[in-house]
Amino acid sequence: MPTGVPIEFSGLTKTFGQVSAVSDLTFTVEPGQVTGFLGPNGAGKTTSLRMLLGLVRPTSGTATFGGTAYAKLDSPLQTVGASLEAASFHPGRSARNHLAVYAQSAGLPKTAPDAALEKVGLSGYGDRRVGGYSLGMRQRLGLAFALLGDPGVLVLDEPINGLDPEGIKWIRLLLRAMAAEGRTVLISSHLLSEVQQTVDDVIIISHGTLVHRGELSSLDTSDTKQVQVNAEDRDRLAAVLVDAGYQVSNLRSGVLVENADAATIGRLAFEAGIPLTGLSQKRTGLEESFLTLVGEEGSL
Amino acid sequence: MSAGYLGAVRSEFTKVRTTRLWWVLLVIMAAYVALCAGGMAAILGGLGGGANGPAIPEAQLPLLVYSFATSVGYVFPVLFGALAVTSEFRFQSLTPTFLANPRRGIVLGGKATTLLVVGAVFGVVALIASIGLGASLLAAFGIDPLLGEPDTWAFVGRSILAMALWSAIGVGLGVLVPSQVAAIVIVLAFTQFVEPLLRLAASFTDWSAQVAQFLPGAASDALVGASIYTAMSGGSAGLDWWQGGLVLVAYAAIATLIGFFTSWRRDVS
Repeated sequence: MPTGVPIEFSGLTKTFGQVSAVSDLTFTVEPGQVTGFLGPNGAGKTTSLRMLLGLVRPTSGTATFGGTAYAKLDSPLQTVGASLEAASFHPGRSARNHLAVYAQSAGLPKTAPDAALEKVGLSGYGDRRVGGYSLGMRQRLGLAFALLGDPGVLVLDEPINGLDPEGIKWIRLLLRAMAAEGRTVLISSHLLSEVQQTVDDVIIISHGTLVHRGELSSLDTSDTKQVQVNAEDRDRLAAVLVDAGYQVSNLRSGVLVENADAATIGRLAFEAGIPLTGLSQKRTGLEESFLTLVGEEGSL
Repeated sequence: MSAGYLGAVRSEFTKVRTTRLWWVLLVIMAAYVALCAGGMAAILGGLGGGANGPAIPEAQLPLLVYSFATSVGYVFPVLFGALAVTSEFRFQSLTPTFLANPRRGIVLGGKATTLLVVGAVFGVVALIASIGLGASLLAAFGIDPLLGEPDTWAFVGRSILAMALWSAIGVGLGVLVPSQVAAIVIVLAFTQFVEPLLRLAASFTDWSAQVAQFLPGAASDALVGASIYTAMSGGSAGLDWWQGGLVLVAYAAIATLIGFFTSWRRDVS
């Protein structure tokens, strides 16, 4: 069983002319858990990952796998599996041949392409030209490339983008299982909600700089709880809640009550004799902290 | 240590083999070469030496006909070599390529080696087309196709070498000009238009003719030892065959080296 090594970013910086894309990124990604690399589009996630993988030369600083730069790894595909957002396929080549090209280049066994296709559920589609693949199938093929050498470290750029709900559930389980086996798993996303059920730790960058690093739960600093509630007689419901001392605001599909819990609101409505048509607790702490950190409310 | 150079060569062969471009180009090339060689054999053989065209000794006719394999066929290995590189840029497949083997010089070396071999295959197919049709037509007109002559087979060997080198020149061009459209335009414009015109214009003065023999097409003709151009320009003393070969090697090596230090080592994003 391949075991993961930590991914270490140290003072990683990239400038394009006058524009600073990534500045002074320093953090460590530990094995045995799934780490989310988050930030809005254009925050520098992809550039950081490309520097980590030796595809883009840093202006200064280093990014290594247990102290070794990607280009210096003895057997890169068996150490690190990576899938980047850009669709890097020749459309006229079949999926199996696509994988065979890189398996041969890395000196992997002949069976590696089929094993990787099997792992991502594309076994029946290996002979089809990649040009005819859907976005979800391309994502799976990208993941198959990452898994080709059964590596101890996975670096995936936006792996959930383009997957259907079933695919999202599948990749969550797969990544959790990989981390549980002791591998290092780093996945990027521009949406916290997309990965919050998958990741243990988060690293958040904005405008190329690190703004937060820690456990996912550390983001949930806000203790505000909101309840969304609805009734046919919405005005009377709002009046009852205001009388009870709550702060309310009107939504298109109901009334939003600040600092409340669903049980209390439901009882109040029951006691006032108002039949409810909807009642739900909203937890906005994570998402709101995220948006505050990246400082770009509304752009997401 | 990973699979290194041998792995890179195997991988590049698989890249060539697993898309349709190689056989599409081979089929077009074979048809084109057969048409030209057959047409020339029919015209020269059918009209006989008495016609009012340039007088070509009967003993030179076979090689002239067979040399259409390179004189019109060479554009195909160049194009294929260039496309083998530019498609990597176009489809962003340099990302997985460099992930599988981050030693970029080895990857490019593997590609050049592979394309040399593929170019030789193009040469073999082109010669089968030109000799296959040309020799049978010449024989039909009562001209000895010279297939028993060692000279003919030395010519065949030099032609295969020329086609291999043209493919390597294509790799150099592709890595020098990674834009696929630009590379195709350059290959077609230069081989079909610019160089023939330059060679014709250069033949009017001595010093320009001296320079023009270092043009790639002229060097290729010198390496092969026979072509419709040299026959038409009266067979002026050009480079020796091995000098022509070295000129082609130099073009391929210089273009590939410059391309390596410019586009190939750039950031991949």
